[in-house]
Amino acid sequence: MPEAGLLIVGGGQAGATAAITLRQLGFTGGITILEATGAPPYERPPLSKDYMQGQRGFESFLIRPAAFWAQQQITLLTNARVAGLDAAARTVILQDGRVLSFTTLLWTAGGTPRRLTCPGAALDGVFTLHDREDADALIARLAFPRRVAVVGGGYIGLEMAAVLSKQGHHVTVLEAQERVLARVAGEALSRFMEAEHRAHGVDVRLGAQLAEITGAAGKVTGVCLANGERLVADLVVTGIGIVPQVAPLLAAGAMGGNGVDVDEFGATSLPGIYAAGDCARHRNRYAGNAWIRLESVQNATDQAIAAAHAIAGQPKPYTALPWFWSNQYDLRLQSAGLSLGHDMALVRGDMASRSFSILYLRENRLLALDCVNNARDYVGGKALIAVGTPLDLARAADPAVALKSLAAA
Amino acid sequence: MVDLVIIDRAGSAHEFSAPGGGSLMEAVRAQGIYDIKALCGGSCSCATCHVYVEASGPLKPMSEDENDLLDGVSERREGSRLACQIVLAEGMAPLRVTIAPEE
Repeated sequence: MPEAGLLIVGGGQAGATAAITLRQLGFTGGITILEATGAPPYERPPLSKDYMQGQRGFESFLIRPAAFWAQQQITLLTNARVAGLDAAARTVILQDGRVLSFTTLLWTAGGTPRRLTCPGAALDGVFTLHDREDADALIARLAFPRRVAVVGGGYIGLEMAAVLSKQGHHVTVLEAQERVLARVAGEALSRFMEAEHRAHGVDVRLGAQLAEITGAAGKVTGVCLANGERLVADLVVTGIGIVPQVAPLLAAGAMGGNGVDVDEFGATSLPGIYAAGDCARHRNRYAGNAWIRLESVQNATDQAIAAAHAIAGQPKPYTALPWFWSNQYDLRLQSAGLSLGHDMALVRGDMASRSFSILYLRENRLLALDCVNNARDYVGGKALIAVGTPLDLARAADPAVALKSLAAA
Repeated sequence: MVDLVIIDRAGSAHEFSAPGGGSLMEAVRAQGIYDIKALCGGSCSCATCHVYVEASGPLKPMSEDENDLLDGVSERREGSRLACQIVLAEGMAPLRVTIAPEE
């Protein structure tokens, strides 16, 4: 059994970033990335944006060129799915039975898309969008106009609705809550996005509980809602979140529940075993030190960088400000901070102009902001969140006053 | 092809040519140069591909969004650009690009 040194489980954004960072830090030990799929590390966000529109080829989404990993003495094992972990023996076992040893382990396996459990969920024509295979399978069915039911009005669902409606497909969004983006944004942004999608011809259904996917000859023909309403559909695309992929870690005794628990250096409760990214539950200072998981490129990257520093013996805690982005139609959404626990939402600017921001405050301090076509507020707001000074509300709500200038007030 | 000289954060110069059509960010990343994060994948949403550009010919001026994002970086200077917003065009004059310090 070869000495594996550092084993990285999962070759996504976090795993790739950690490997790159370790080499930058001068870490000369062995690094092996175990990736469950057949692809080298690539960016996932474009799957529901540029890639779905066929604007850019897959090569341009690679985090580094395919040859890079070998050049950096990073072993990339694809189609290597970890089935079990023995923390004491310092080994992982792969689904195909191979056993690999490690000195240090970094778990960056992310999540698996949450699947529908209603009748009809296994019909041909039900898709999710998590990796390139999902995207390619869906694209293959979009050669001519389709009626698509998108289940879930979160970012992925809405990005899909935007792309598909732009391509001429007839799109219905089924959102179980009373507003879209309910989990991630305030009501004002939800209503704005709902109106934008409707203006682009998307049928947005709120409070819509999916009861069943109906089919004929094994293929999707429509959906049936809990209120008895039936809609015709050729395809169903789900965007209903992920389930963190941590079962082998928890089975090996790591603390966790919804994800695996890590400290600010990415360390789990098991010695020499680290985790980062979508699957890592951590205390976030921007959430009042609450235990949270973040599903974002920012978190995957910055947490991986922190874990890499710890593994290289140069610890540097994870304290980065969370940020997110989304592109839908001609709207550029940029968010910073976490609005969790806000007691006030202020709209800055005229929503009808389609360039504005929403500030989320707690005791007059800026916790987070959502910016629509407004990079200036995004930049100013990030600085303001970091400073944490109480704001003059009248000035904060006035788009003529630069957010940046409020930091000194 | 466009001739590029990229100075990384360690001060090493990487000289190579990149095909027209893509962005400077994509060219730097395709070369396997470590230092450029480009977290938003080139959608002008994050400012993690900040570089200093010395061009021997004219460049397309920056958009308001790019300008605003650059206002948020700590070491904006003459020549500051987001590499994802510079499109390489065949026949373009050579570029000498220094990767800006980490935020």
